[in-house]
Amino acid sequence: MAVALPETEARPKRGFARFARRNPTIVTGAVLLLFMALVALFAPLIAGDPLAITPINRLQAPSSEWWFGTDHLGRDVFARTVYGARVSLIVGLSVAIAAVVLGLVIGLLAGYYRGLDAVIMRVMDGLMAIPAILLAIALVALTRGGVLVVIIAITIPEVPRVVRLVRAVVLTAREQAYVEAAVATASSGLKILLRHILPNTVAPLIVQATYICASAILIESALSFLGAGVPPEIPTWGNMIASSRLFLQMAPWTVLFPGISLALVVLAINLVGDGLRDRLDPRLARRM
Amino acid sequence: MSATPLLQVEGLKKHFPVHKGVLGRVAAQIKAVDGVSFEVAPGEILCVVGESGCGKSTVGRLITRLLEPTAGRIVLDGTDVTKLDHAAMRPHRRQVQMVFQDPYASLNPRLTVGGIIAEPLENFGLARGAKKRERVAELLQQVGLRPEVANRFPHEFSGGQRQRLGIARALALNPKLIVADEPVSALDVSVQAQVLNLMSDLQRDLGLAYVFVSHDLGVVEHIGHRIAVMYLGRIVELAEKRALFDRPLHPYSRALLAAAPIPDPKAKRDKLVIEGDVPSPKNPPPGCHFHTRCPFAVDRCRREEPPLRPLGNGRKVACHLVDDAGEFHGGTPKPALVEQAAS
Repeated sequence: MAVALPETEARPKRGFARFARRNPTIVTGAVLLLFMALVALFAPLIAGDPLAITPINRLQAPSSEWWFGTDHLGRDVFARTVYGARVSLIVGLSVAIAAVVLGLVIGLLAGYYRGLDAVIMRVMDGLMAIPAILLAIALVALTRGGVLVVIIAITIPEVPRVVRLVRAVVLTAREQAYVEAAVATASSGLKILLRHILPNTVAPLIVQATYICASAILIESALSFLGAGVPPEIPTWGNMIASSRLFLQMAPWTVLFPGISLALVVLAINLVGDGLRDRLDPRLARRM
Repeated sequence: MSATPLLQVEGLKKHFPVHKGVLGRVAAQIKAVDGVSFEVAPGEILCVVGESGCGKSTVGRLITRLLEPTAGRIVLDGTDVTKLDHAAMRPHRRQVQMVFQDPYASLNPRLTVGGIIAEPLENFGLARGAKKRERVAELLQQVGLRPEVANRFPHEFSGGQRQRLGIARALALNPKLIVADEPVSALDVSVQAQVLNLMSDLQRDLGLAYVFVSHDLGVVEHIGHRIAVMYLGRIVELAEKRALFDRPLHPYSRALLAAAPIPDPKAKRDKLVIEGDVPSPKNPPPGCHFHTRCPFAVDRCRREEPPLRPLGNGRKVACHLVDDAGEFHGGTPKPALVEQAAS
């Protein structure tokens, strides 16, 4: 490491090329994901109105005018696919962040304060027993729905996974001699937790976050497909597939493009996650 | 011996419960430390020796309150700290610091040397900013390292250097007592002497007291003032270093010293050899803990626990066969257990 460092600083281009050669999965996934994120961010500049209905042009095959064709209401599939990336990425990112933050706090408490451990872990066991999709359907039925409700509904069942992971890391870290040394020098419990134990959780959490992100995107799509997700006027890959499935034989492009996009995003995130896992913690790879 | 001891330990016990089954019912108690009493005067080096599992490291952890004692009293500089909770113990931690056995595990690999050594200073708000860096540099110099290393990480140092860092951290709060738990046993022999000499020098220069836990009699002879010999959770003999090395009284001390290698082939020595293994601390034998392996054991040893009796001139022995004048009345040991020095 000490040998490689000056070289990467001196020639950053070569450094990146080397990084890409050694970590093809991370780079492939990251490039793909970055592309998707840029598309979602600049959707209005790239595509036209995803909601414009032009019945006269319905079920048009892909052409130079409609890159991805049109659906049964004559809406531009390309525009809808591009806008659909927004919902997927927002939901994936929000769920990953929310689940990691909540799980981290709860996991640190459970791992470090033994008195809370049994109570917290039983509650988490209970949460894990709830199927994500059923909880989401119930929540959407009880409220007005919307992206926020979907995010909350997907986050709740993901939190226990993070809690378990963080707790396991804390339980190992707290037995380290340097933690004992910190106690001997009168460091407070909070300081030990934040300074000596928390950093151990970062690497496994980043990896876990990518998996949560991918699974959240899939669950969101499933909810939209079932009509229990975000309101139908917002284009999502899930509700595009759902509304077009009747025309699958006549106009396969209406289902194909949102389906491919969904698969690509999830693949990209999982590539990044796998690559990071191998890079950050080789031992974790064997455990999972 | 000073009139007011810096550290006073009375009847200290630590029993670890052994849980069994789904309900975690306590199946047994590991009696790691089972009634230990001693005193440490200011500026004194008390060595605690014994074989693996005799509870010597546990004693060190109890003194620094890293473990909760099951029973007994720990009086530190006149204050009973036995029952103090985490917050109440804080101010007293400045008096007693610890050097750990494993210099690789006891330094957080993610922190710089400066961060590690400054942590105790931050905890008590002793120094900030430039003053903090100054104090860290001073501490590093005190343990024989260059002040510039403050920005490096622990993995860049050798085992001996890391142990110096551990000592610097322990010195940061200007403690009166340092508990050193096998501080050199993880180091190469060539480095051991350097670290031991450093600890000796610091002790002399700063007037520190050490509770020095070790299994290595050579190390103990080099650094100790007084020595406590432990066996199965109890102190069996407590004496000045010369007195113990010249004439150990307890049969276990004799056997321990006899087992230590002496780098002189012509040296005459006690050839007392004991057989068998240490009994489990889960179920220590009744009476004298050592009677199962003692070649001199009589009926009384099996029934009655010998107290740690003072013999005068600071020496204490826990053996029924040693009289108050310090004479041993064990007769001849069982022949199978003694090898005559043939050479």
